[in-house]
Amino acid sequence: MEGAWTRIMHSVQLTSSGRMHLQQGEVECQLVDAVDLDCEGGAGWTLKTGLLTLTTHRLLWLDEKGKKAWAVPLGAVGQLYAVKKSIKSMFAAPRMRFQAWTQRDGKLATHGQRVTELVLTLVFRGQSGVPDGFVQRFAEVLQAKAWQQKRLEESPSGGHKGAGSSLETSVHKRPTVSTLNPAMAGVSGILRKEQEQWEETDKNLHDAFQDLNGLMSKAKEMVILAEKMRVRLLTGQASTVEEEGVGTNQEMQDWMLSVGITSPVTKESAGALYHQQLSRQLADFVREPLKRSGGMLAMVDAYCLFNRARGTELISPEDLLQACTIWQTLDVPVRLRKFDSGVMVIQSKSQSDDEVFLRLTMLVSNGEAEKLGISAAEAARALGMAPALAREQLLAAEGQGLLCRDDGVDGLRFFSNFFKDINASTIFQES
Amino acid sequence: MADFSFPYFYNYPPYFTLQPVRDTREKQVELWKQLILKYCKHHKYFVVDLEEGDFPLFANANIDRKLTYEAREVFLGALVSEGKAEWMDKGHRRCLILWRRIQDWAELLLSFVRENGMEDSVMTLEEIMSGDETRGSELAGIDRGVLIRAIKILEQKGKAAMFKGQATDDDGVKFSAH
Repeated sequence: MEGAWTRIMHSVQLTSSGRMHLQQGEVECQLVDAVDLDCEGGAGWTLKTGLLTLTTHRLLWLDEKGKKAWAVPLGAVGQLYAVKKSIKSMFAAPRMRFQAWTQRDGKLATHGQRVTELVLTLVFRGQSGVPDGFVQRFAEVLQAKAWQQKRLEESPSGGHKGAGSSLETSVHKRPTVSTLNPAMAGVSGILRKEQEQWEETDKNLHDAFQDLNGLMSKAKEMVILAEKMRVRLLTGQASTVEEEGVGTNQEMQDWMLSVGITSPVTKESAGALYHQQLSRQLADFVREPLKRSGGMLAMVDAYCLFNRARGTELISPEDLLQACTIWQTLDVPVRLRKFDSGVMVIQSKSQSDDEVFLRLTMLVSNGEAEKLGISAAEAARALGMAPALAREQLLAAEGQGLLCRDDGVDGLRFFSNFFKDINASTIFQES
Repeated sequence: MADFSFPYFYNYPPYFTLQPVRDTREKQVELWKQLILKYCKHHKYFVVDLEEGDFPLFANANIDRKLTYEAREVFLGALVSEGKAEWMDKGHRRCLILWRRIQDWAELLLSFVRENGMEDSVMTLEEIMSGDETRGSELAGIDRGVLIRAIKILEQKGKAAMFKGQATDDDGVKFSAH
């Protein structure tokens, strides 16, 4: 019955490093390895041993090779059936069943339509029981209905969208004002609304930081707040707000740009799969910084950028190194490179050494540089990478016999390797 | 004496830095070996003193570069291992450059004697090194140590005999170059 599920399940896009694209506001809650997804009744099919991810919006299933992923929108899920405790269950792999509904076209329902009932079973292979807290988390996310919030936000809500400068969470939480309220009219109305929205935001911030649990429950609002600020900074709207911070716009913008990861992979959510998932997330994350830094990134820089983007779920240097090491075994567009000197960097696979070497040789055979050579700092400027890394590239090119060095009073400088062009047996003959 | 013409790469700074990469280093050593021999031959230098650093070839004021002691030792050492130079002391502070092999010096001496009809004559070493007879010939300016070793080769062949004078200046050789 190969492919029967394609008519029922929703397919999921994958990033270039094999992580699933999450929807707006979607946060991963738990990952479990080696899970079968089994459909009873009707066609009857099984997705064998994949990686199961429970998010706030969907139940995602990624096949072993990491090439195909399928989703069950939580909107389709009806009842969760209690885990059966019987003699039989002691011998079979642990499993849990739940009810799911399809919509009219036969796909799983995305928002509450109920046409046909299906019973799906999750079979946890390689586990001695349904993983701790999985059932509870599943029930929690169903209760929270995060996917519905998103839909609410998308639906037009009168003229409120136009104002656009407030937290949308605060908008959808309150009853939508569809009739004209005289108190809200005119300039004073706009100002008053602005005021109210700021108060709401302030309250959110206050509640969120009261204790950690509060912070967790407000996490989504905080993320939205951050994204809002980013958008406003980008579109330059912030300048209309008369605050002293206008001058630091650029700084703030850089700052906010690195608030990128809304759903960090954590040890708690990924368990044993932690490093593998972290590795994939890191691979996705470093693509932008890599582009900006000439295709090569020092480990220290990657560590700082990555942790800043993660916010509170910081990782250790060991975790970072391990995540980078796993890249070898994954199909990702970046790699960990170790120079002869022991310096380790993250390099995009599209940046070949040959290309860098070519640029370096062009650099040293140009005008002044032919007579004076180039230093690591000059090469760094020309290649757009960190001086320490440019130095490594220069040394690597020297090792390839493309460059030679001058260790003089001005420090180490590199020249085109003229030695290799000289024919030692004839150079002295003519005189 | 005509000015020595330096190869163009003598003005490239990396030529004066010992190259760490093997292939590049090999080429660099080769180029230095040849330049040292050519330079010494041109200026009739026989002894290079590594310590003093006044051997002009090893420093290029134009580009403000000079060879380190280590580099000098590497380049001269390469000549020594080829038989074209000899260390004159254990500490490798002085080096005898043999831009012409000892037996070639012996041949040169023998042909000079024959060409000048001096097959049976007697000459002091000083006369050979800086006398009127050898002026303008390739023998002029020969190192005393090298000359003595060349004469010893001729002695073994029975073509010459060294004798001691009263002073070192008077040491001489009797040729029998028939």
